[in-house]
Amino acid sequence: MKAKIHVYLKPGVLDPQGAAVAGALRNMGYDEVEDARQGKLIELDLTGENADTAKSRVDEMCQKLLSNPVIESYSIEIA
Amino acid sequence: MKSAVIVFPGSNCDRDAHDAIARVTGENPAMVWHQETELPDGTEFVMIPGGFSYGDYLRCGAMASRSSIMPAVIAHAATGAPVLGVCNGFQILTESGLLPGSLMRNAGLTFVCERTPLSVTNGNTRFTSRYQAETDLIIPIAHHDGNYFADADTLDRMDGEGQVVFRYGQNPNGSARDIAGIVNEQGNVLGMMPHPERAIDAKHGGTDGLALFESLLGSA
Repeated sequence: MKAKIHVYLKPGVLDPQGAAVAGALRNMGYDEVEDARQGKLIELDLTGENADTAKSRVDEMCQKLLSNPVIESYSIEIA
Repeated sequence: MKSAVIVFPGSNCDRDAHDAIARVTGENPAMVWHQETELPDGTEFVMIPGGFSYGDYLRCGAMASRSSIMPAVIAHAATGAPVLGVCNGFQILTESGLLPGSLMRNAGLTFVCERTPLSVTNGNTRFTSRYQAETDLIIPIAHHDGNYFADADTLDRMDGEGQVVFRYGQNPNGSARDIAGIVNEQGNVLGMMPHPERAIDAKHGGTDGLALFESLLGSA
């Protein structure tokens, strides 16, 4: 089984890297870019066959290590 | 006072921390590898040094804050004993939950390495009693992720309770309310981005960091 975890900054948290990416895109002529937010994608290879168990374990991993609840949110996809 | 310096893979200010403590106390601190699970018997002061633990992978300080020694450090802090985290050490303290908020990428996106003016905004902590309320300290900074963030309620609460101990004279990194260093509510855990351990010798860029170690280790 694979888990895909998207970690992204919460709304309201300043993202200097995202702002730099948006600025670079506008400099290249992509004037439609209003804002950019930069996050992370983490893929895990998991043993086991129960998707519900996997999801709840991965949720625990997100809370304990993979995300920082002060600044980040996350979403989990099990496939 | 018996001291310990925690050493992680990627710590690079552990020797400076050792020398600063040894200079003030006349005793060598124990150097404690992160895979240990206990602090040496009788340890009072714990310092978490700067560096790039685990290569700053995932988030600065994230992996170090979950390493084997940290439950012992967290339990030690809970007894009211003094804990100081500098630079990466500050990041490790926020990641471990010992201090509120988080340290984000510098607003200017560049690594900043300079001597920075600081003011002491609370001279009544056990870390700053010998400074009182000085406003013109010069202490070096060297970091890429020192942009302090916390929500407005947390910032207001910390301001109200005197938990902001150091502020930048000229904000180098976008840090909220110019915050350079904070203590926890109990006042026994200090995290700061500037490096007091690099400012203890006149031949090496000044001695403005010395009073921090003297406040703490001289008053024990």
